Amino acid sequence: MAQRWRFPMAVLGVLVLLGGAAPASAQDGHLEAAKKEGKVVWYTSLVLPSAEKVAKLFEAAYPGIKVEVHRTGSQRILQKLMQELQANIKNVDVVHTSDAGHFVLLKEKKLLMHYTPAGVDKFPAGFKDRDGYYYGLRATVNVIAYNTKIVSAVEAPRTWKELLDPKWRGKLVTAHPGYSGVIATHVLALVNHYGWDYFKQLAQNRAMIVQSAADPSAVVASGERSVAVNGGDYSAYQLKKKGSPIEIVYPKDGVPLVVSPTAITAFAPHPNAAKLFTDFTFTKDVQQVMADSEGLYTGHPEVKYPADKPKLDELKLLQVDPEELEKRNEEIKKRFVEFFGA
Amino acid sequence: MDRSIPVWVAAALALVVLMALPLGWIGWVSVSSESGPTLAHYATVFQDPQLQKALWNTVVMAFWVGLASVALGAPMAWLTARTDLPGQTLIRGLIMASFVTPPFLGAFAWVMLAGPNAGLLNKLYRNLSGADDALVNIFTMPGLIFVVAIYTFPYVYIMIANTLALIASDLEEAAAILGAGRLRVAATVTLPMVAPAILSGFILAVLQALALFGSPAILALPAGFHTITTQIWSFFHYPPKVEMAAAFSIPLLLATALLLQVQKRLLGRRGYASIGGKGGRRRAIPLGLWRYPALGGCLALLACAIFLPYGVLAKAALSRAWAQPLTWDNLTLANFTFTFFEYSATQSAVLNTLELGVMTATVGAGLAALLAYVTNRRLIIGHQVLAFLALAPIVIPGVVLAVGLFIAYTRPPLLLYGTLWILFVAYVTKEMPVGYSQADATFKGVHPELEDAGRILGAGRLRVLGEITAPLARSGIIATWCFIFIGVIRELSASIILFTPATKVISVVIFDLKEEGQFGPIAVLGLFMLAMTFGTVVLMQRVLGRDFMGAKE
Repeated sequence: MAQRWRFPMAVLGVLVLLGGAAPASAQDGHLEAAKKEGKVVWYTSLVLPSAEKVAKLFEAAYPGIKVEVHRTGSQRILQKLMQELQANIKNVDVVHTSDAGHFVLLKEKKLLMHYTPAGVDKFPAGFKDRDGYYYGLRATVNVIAYNTKIVSAVEAPRTWKELLDPKWRGKLVTAHPGYSGVIATHVLALVNHYGWDYFKQLAQNRAMIVQSAADPSAVVASGERSVAVNGGDYSAYQLKKKGSPIEIVYPKDGVPLVVSPTAITAFAPHPNAAKLFTDFTFTKDVQQVMADSEGLYTGHPEVKYPADKPKLDELKLLQVDPEELEKRNEEIKKRFVEFFGA
Repeated sequence: MDRSIPVWVAAALALVVLMALPLGWIGWVSVSSESGPTLAHYATVFQDPQLQKALWNTVVMAFWVGLASVALGAPMAWLTARTDLPGQTLIRGLIMASFVTPPFLGAFAWVMLAGPNAGLLNKLYRNLSGADDALVNIFTMPGLIFVVAIYTFPYVYIMIANTLALIASDLEEAAAILGAGRLRVAATVTLPMVAPAILSGFILAVLQALALFGSPAILALPAGFHTITTQIWSFFHYPPKVEMAAAFSIPLLLATALLLQVQKRLLGRRGYASIGGKGGRRRAIPLGLWRYPALGGCLALLACAIFLPYGVLAKAALSRAWAQPLTWDNLTLANFTFTFFEYSATQSAVLNTLELGVMTATVGAGLAALLAYVTNRRLIIGHQVLAFLALAPIVIPGVVLAVGLFIAYTRPPLLLYGTLWILFVAYVTKEMPVGYSQADATFKGVHPELEDAGRILGAGRLRVLGEITAPLARSGIIATWCFIFIGVIRELSASIILFTPATKVISVVIFDLKEEGQFGPIAVLGLFMLAMTFGTVVLMQRVLGRDFMGAKE
């Protein structure tokens, strides 16, 4: 039942806080314009229930402005965005994926609006584009997750390298860098750490291949495979909270950090609503919702994290340079397919 | 000459444009590069070991699906058309249900049934036998073949059952009188007579398997292998390699065209069969002791195609965690509320699907009726060409058509990509052969004498069409409409390439959810899609007064 009430309470909390802050808000100017635009189109890779929750929070805070959520994998978002532009379709206002390389590319192609969301100046450097085009909305780390009914805590792999043990053959599941930005970042981080040979060996264990970074932990929770070899910790965390038999391992050899940027497009058909929405997603309250019920990390310095999750500074983080991610995007997908087959 | 000529000419032109443009573009893009014409794309495509594997996988899958469909469809056709098998109405109804079930939904359901570890059947097997290994692993080539075959065999079944219904049983009876046993009669008399139908059913099944996208995407990709269709789809991932997709489409196109040519030859000489209209009597062969085992066999197969998948979809729709038992704790309606009220993509996808379904079915049925009328009444010179063109899209697999449409309509003068129109064009083209065949059969049944009488009394052709022919052909045309509508609402293989976030349809939303692993909402939308389909089927049967698969009065 506690789960049931969390969402309405969160809505209420945000409403109260916004209500109090409204008179002093600098947003009044474009609030009217945003209302006139009536909606904001959001291409997002944030996992579906979480994305819908953020959208509903916004709609409750700003009645009259609808959020059109289009949720799919990071790479699919980039694909559709580029295909739309090729056909001269200008549909999307706010783009949010987990592949920071996409934003390097979009910035180079002059497809992003220069916009600094309210309050992001307090965010750490890793969450900010130095040219001011995109900002990290949320972060997650790639982890190992295992099914506690099948694997005991003693047996569970503690490092990425332990996954190469042949005893895991046929028991692993991986998500796909050709779909998910979280996974593309993960692959690059581990390639930089251990080389492509790591993935070549991992493929020998014949992992089941799914697409979304949220799916490996779901597959593990269902018992279809015992161990997830990657995926954002927040998906596993949510499943664990719901009572699924799943446990998270933060590998000792380092966890690939994924900062997922958001940006407004240069051609946004609803620019004022887009700004309003972007500001909204960076408010402390929304960032806190993401940390609380979704189990995400954020760049907001005042956000408090659940006690049962490690703090980011307690983890050994493996970081990836967005520009390198952009440059090696094709290599990552190609070699992954070469090793894993599809 | 008649003033109705422009109408026919327009219909003909539409067909040429719908097909010629996309195919022309595929051909052109596959051989063009920045530095002029080239065969480099073909060279790349056929030398890449990954792509060779995808080609080979497709051949293997399609061949075995063909064989399996015959192995399943032929005996069932014989049992229902020729013997005193009990429960025939039920069995025909279930085969029809399997015919209209979207194969990708079946594949998705079978993930939950026969995933090697969490699959419900495997869990049951482990509990009963105490074994550690899985009974079946659906994420394998045989698993894929099995799932495709249980939704493809109805094509073979319809083909053979309809042939059997036309063959009088005199020859079989003669053999029986001469002392041959039932099996021997079946093997030496009946079988040779329906051999062409079997072969051509085989080819039809192979064609279906070749063109399929959803099932391989759901079952083959997790196992780490591609088929041609999934490979073409992945060529569109960023950075897109459209020229490779075009080059890789050509073998699929040629294979389809070739197979259809063979099938046409086969049907052209139904030779041995003594098909003498409906004059000959058909007597049911008594199965004796075999009645109930035979019924059991049929039902077991149909359980795999219908009962088990539908059951597991319903279970997933109602549970928090699909792999857990359906206890009170696990029971929920949250999937329904999420899918229909919280997930913003659903409502627009449902609207888009309905809009496209109604539009395509209306325009498609109209066009098909017009064409069938023209060709049946031989109204213009070259009407045979029209018939050919109407049936021609059958050689274009959905994915290939989509590649062509994508190339043709993402550039001026016709920027259709990003609108529902491009999906509409794809659906009309794809459904035209089915619609045309259905309409053609309708007009074959409407005798021209009545029309002639009307013409003699001074009515123009359009007036005759409106007041005499149309009322007579009405139920046939409505059936055509339903056929197209069912085909459209389940379409995935072309939609998956042509959609944009603003123009999603239900099948695409289901596929999106599949990629994210959201089982509950998929099950809800899947059931919703099935409900729409069966609603339409019921409507069609009301109108026709019979089931749509066969000639049963």
